[in-house]
Amino acid sequence: MSESTLNDDLDLSGLPLVDNPVMPYLRQERIPHIWCPGCGIGTTVNCFTRALEEAAKDLDKVAIVSGIGCTGRVAGYLNLDSFHTTHGRAIPFATGLKLANPDLSVVVYSGDGDLFAIGGNHFMHAARRNMDILVVCVNNFTYGMTGGQVAPTTPIGATQTTMPFGNFENPASLPFLADAAGATFVARWTVFHVRQLTRCFKEALGKKGFRFIEIMAPCPTLFLRRNRLGDGVDMVRQYKERSVLRNGADTKEVAVGMEGDIVVGTFVDRERPTWLDAMNSHFSSVLGDRYRTYGG
Amino acid sequence: MSDEAPVRKAKGTVFVQPEVCKGCSYCIEFCPTDCLEFGREFNAKGYHYPILGRPEDCTGCGLCGLYCPDFAIFGMRFKDLEAARAAAAATPPTR
Ligand SMILES: Cc1ncc(C[n+]2csc(CCOP(=O)(O)OP(=O)(O)O)c2C)c(N)n1
Ligand code: SF4
Ligand code: SF4
Ligand code: SF4
Ligand SMILES: [Mg+2]
Repeated sequence: MSESTLNDDLDLSGLPLVDNPVMPYLRQERIPHIWCPGCGIGTTVNCFTRALEEAAKDLDKVAIVSGIGCTGRVAGYLNLDSFHTTHGRAIPFATGLKLANPDLSVVVYSGDGDLFAIGGNHFMHAARRNMDILVVCVNNFTYGMTGGQVAPTTPIGATQTTMPFGNFENPASLPFLADAAGATFVARWTVFHVRQLTRCFKEALGKKGFRFIEIMAPCPTLFLRRNRLGDGVDMVRQYKERSVLRNGADTKEVAVGMEGDIVVGTFVDRERPTWLDAMNSHFSSVLGDRYRTYGG
Repeated sequence: MSDEAPVRKAKGTVFVQPEVCKGCSYCIEFCPTDCLEFGREFNAKGYHYPILGRPEDCTGCGLCGLYCPDFAIFGMRFKDLEAARAAAAATPPTR
């Protein structure tokens, strides 16, 4: 594809083209991607790849695992060791990957439905055991891929195909869930906060334990259209206007609704032994010299 | 180019791949110096794509490229551009 600089006074002849900085991280033959115009998922991918670059990660040691859904497609577009698993099972798959090859940096990248509806039990137990994985949830408050059904995150009052008169179910607040289950790092940003999100990814990639990042993103085709909330860009403008930075906020107080503040920042940052560390120290103390520590 | 150095206030520029743009306007809306706008042309899918309407205001900050969900635009500072081109010449992307 040709590039156009639109700056007439710039002579670029004789030099090779520069690529979009995201390109080396993508399976370029799959671009253009399937995401709708104004869908926020692609923006999160820019931030994630920029963070990989800034963190100078050895890409042969990074694996990405997705479940099923529009967000689940991320694994298929990234030029890493990618695993597109079954619906809801990204976390158990990632757990196996990490335990079989403890040197890997394992990232789960999936949607709110995948991680918190069908996959909710796995999320809870991986956080409780402090599995050393980074879980990224693109929260668009709906099941995008299947046509806009109500999700465990859908705010009260929002209309969805399965809640035509508006949702009355209490939604889960993801940072609160992650905190209560024992995650060592919990942060929330939105697609508006591209610089902050990039920094957050980088920070989380450099830590150990069960780390969770929620990213609020517009699904214009299903969530916004059904609720007459405009285009993707209108929602991102809302994120800009409604967001309030509160690092260290009590996760009991960060629930989001159709209106009101969207609290963003790093809410939890603590240390706990990972599952492997705990196993090693336990068996070392029980079995002494008879135990050979594994990985970690 | 002439002997006289061109007078350019711009500190950077953008690169657009019109064919993958889906016209979402993220880049236009969130450019800090408001220097992008939709052009009059359509791409093959029927979307208008951004052009640098006020090139002199572009700082090359790269935010448009971070926002673009379709990987259709990115910005770069002039001072980084030649290094990037030299690097691109020296090492073809392996991934
Ligand atoms: C076992 C099983 N049940 C149901 C489905 C249908 N299904 C596919 S994606 C999806 C929900 C996706 O929602 P989310 O994870 O939020 O992803 P999004 O598309 O919103 O990014 C469902 C229910 C499936 N593929 N497999
Ligand atoms: S349906 Fe929604 S989440 Fe899926 S690609 Fe379209 S806008 Fe994105
Ligand atoms: S590089 Fe920065 S200043 Fe230039 S168009 Fe993009 S966002 Fe605007
Ligand atoms: S952000 Fe990307 S897809 Fe959206 S209008 Fe700009 S170039 Fe096109
Ligand atoms: Mg979803």
